[in-house]
Amino acid sequence: MDSSFFFGLSTMAYILAMMIYITYIAFKKEQIGILATTITILGFISQTLAIVLRWKEFADLSGMGFLRSAPLTNLYESLIFFVWCLILGYLIIEFKFKNRSFGAFVTPIAGLVLAFIDLTGVSKEIQPLVPALKSNWLLAHVSMSFIAYAAFALSFSTGLMSLIITAEKKNEASYIFWTVTLGLFVILLATMGIDFFTFKAKVRPEIFIHNYLFRTSFLHPSAAVNILSWILSIAVLFAIWRYGLVLKRVIAKFNVTPDMLDEITYKSIAVGFPIFTLGGLIFGAIWADQAWGVYWSWDPKETWSLITWFVYAFYLHGRTIRGWQGKKVAMVAVIGFMAVIFTYLGVNLLLSGLHAYGSR
Amino acid sequence: MKGTEFLDQGKSKTFVDKIWDLLSSVKLAIVIFALISLTSVVGTILEQKAEPARNIQILGKIFGESLAPNLYTLFDKLGFIDMYHSWWFTGLLLLFSINIIICSMERLPRIWKLVKEPVEPLTEEKLKKFIINREVVLKGKPDKNRDAVSGVIKGARFRCLEVQEERGYQFYGQRGNYSRLGVYLTHFSILIILAGAIIGMRLGFNGFLNLPEGAVSNAAFSGMDKELPLGFDVRCDNFDVEFYGMSNMPKEYKSWLTIIKNGKEVLRKSIAVNDPLSFEGITFYQSSYGLVPDGINRGIFIFNVVSKTGSATTLNPRFGDTFQIPDTSITGKIADFSPALTIDEHGHASTYANQMNNPAVFIEFSESGKHKFSGWILKRHPETWQIPEGGRVEFIDYWGVEYTGLQVRKDPGVWVVYLGCITMSLGLFTAFFMSHRKMWVKLVEEKNNTRVIIGATSNKNRAAFERKIDKIISVLSKKQEGGK
Repeated sequence: MDSSFFFGLSTMAYILAMMIYITYIAFKKEQIGILATTITILGFISQTLAIVLRWKEFADLSGMGFLRSAPLTNLYESLIFFVWCLILGYLIIEFKFKNRSFGAFVTPIAGLVLAFIDLTGVSKEIQPLVPALKSNWLLAHVSMSFIAYAAFALSFSTGLMSLIITAEKKNEASYIFWTVTLGLFVILLATMGIDFFTFKAKVRPEIFIHNYLFRTSFLHPSAAVNILSWILSIAVLFAIWRYGLVLKRVIAKFNVTPDMLDEITYKSIAVGFPIFTLGGLIFGAIWADQAWGVYWSWDPKETWSLITWFVYAFYLHGRTIRGWQGKKVAMVAVIGFMAVIFTYLGVNLLLSGLHAYGSR
Repeated sequence: MKGTEFLDQGKSKTFVDKIWDLLSSVKLAIVIFALISLTSVVGTILEQKAEPARNIQILGKIFGESLAPNLYTLFDKLGFIDMYHSWWFTGLLLLFSINIIICSMERLPRIWKLVKEPVEPLTEEKLKKFIINREVVLKGKPDKNRDAVSGVIKGARFRCLEVQEERGYQFYGQRGNYSRLGVYLTHFSILIILAGAIIGMRLGFNGFLNLPEGAVSNAAFSGMDKELPLGFDVRCDNFDVEFYGMSNMPKEYKSWLTIIKNGKEVLRKSIAVNDPLSFEGITFYQSSYGLVPDGINRGIFIFNVVSKTGSATTLNPRFGDTFQIPDTSITGKIADFSPALTIDEHGHASTYANQMNNPAVFIEFSESGKHKFSGWILKRHPETWQIPEGGRVEFIDYWGVEYTGLQVRKDPGVWVVYLGCITMSLGLFTAFFMSHRKMWVKLVEEKNNTRVIIGATSNKNRAAFERKIDKIISVLSKKQEGGK
């Protein structure tokens, strides 16, 4: 049995766990909760095995030694590692806070990422490395970056949840912020999904984004479809804004308090921020210095990781100002993770730079 | 990370005070974070230092063709085309530094006092006011329990002072008081990194050097034709690319360099990506490679010619030369060369890349002036080396036609930057993962028994410290049961 078998197994386990966590929230039966946790743990074990196997396969194929053959060299491998960190982080939180409700928020992220891999046809092949990637810094830089990204993803989930449950009125800034964020997310996913199924394009993600994105909706040749897409989008935004408080009532059932959410958000960022600074920025700079002779060149990837760093610095300092606790900083945490997504995917797919090889 | 905001003390403030307050505020820091982030976003969309046409095209895609040229003029005037070196971005970084310095000056004295403040014994009332406070009654007088308590405290790795009191003893101590400085260490490290960057910009340079095989240079170049003298000579002895299997994907590229100082060869090293060479503060990085424009005139073929009988000879002909195969009267004339040969289904040969991806040489063999046979010999395909009459021409290299692209850098500030990075790591580690903890343990005699009162505080992660105190209590009560 090779790595792909275990990857498949873990994907199925996470998607199954997602459904069971949602069932658990609906019925609140302890046994269902235990089942959800068990399946998540089984998925996690299987994924760990898969990563180790792929590592070994890569080491055997490349003959570069174990340390340099970490399976973190392309979009597929890094997404898999991200999911692994995310699930690990979630399991720690479930164990520490004795609360399973977050599972219904975290496992869908894992499921979405794995679905993204399968739908967009991200190459799963083990690819030979370009010379710049052959370095001992690869393992330290990429693994620490993704551990931090996973911590930020957790803070995003809890930050968003706390925005949802603390909202009182439909005209307050934090309510409008989260409904619009969620609305844009839904619209983006839906339009991308339609594009994908219309063109059935099994091409590299960046080619898909440059040539096919929004061609069935906002960029469709017919003006009628364009206008209809805009009207539908606004309708979706309005509907989420109008009925957002329903979601609040659902989450309120989770028996989570805003304080607890705030604490998890802060703690995730407090773990993610130093790891991101050291592994992402500092190790990245040292590696760039080794490979290209410039520790900082303001290329889009570097600049976006600095922007991400500043957003989280904003969060940490914002918390020390009186009156900024709660909603305001939760919004910053949500924005922070959007910056993370852009640093990771947006830069490679939309902007160019020295790091463009990461998207192959 | 929780700090305290300072209250306005005086009502009448001078202008200077107001400026000082502004520069020392966390709010200003947050505004700076936002400004640096937002302007940087623009800097990642517009291609920095690029041709106007390139950015007009980008702007056209976002805002429409008609607006693009005017928008470009606007962004150009505002310095966004080279924004990270513009006066206002430098100004933002300067303001950021001043904000860090003044914030630290404002807060550090108070924090320093907290760090240095010794822990004093406290009264029972005060101990009970702490959020973490626990009590347990042990059998026997304080004299009897004193060693057990002190042992448990030591077991919890907490160093305490001891004082004898009226009705018993008190242990008190603190840990991690210096961790309060982590935040300031982190802030300070940003200044070190910026200082290192400035040293690099003022005293260093960043250039490139495209050095053909066999060529020597005493300077690198920056921009179009700005010369950067090295103070010594560097020679490229050889350059080679290794590919993955038969693909065109480079596995590794290497240059063999020699440093010559005052006419003497002082250093030889092969460099590759991720493995540079340093000499007298100047570092050479393998960055690219390519074909020398007049390569055909300077190139030398390196053939290893093996005769029918198996004896090998190394030959170094040039393009157009004729060479003889040993032990025969057959001669070969080098008639054509392609750096990257491909042959389509009709048998037409063509060059598919402007790199030495698949070097091939066309040789016309003849015997006593009469054409015998001819064909392509490919460096990466040994099966093409064979000659029909027996023997083979091994294509080892075509030396002198490739140049190695070197990034040349002198940066005396890089060690300062690294020092700043280490400081930042230490600062962040202490700021996030360590806490200042204080603990008081009071033993009071009560009806021939001992009441143990523990009071404790922590500036961060109180829950973890609370668990530790609970453990101390449980160990003490267990000892009690065991001693019965």
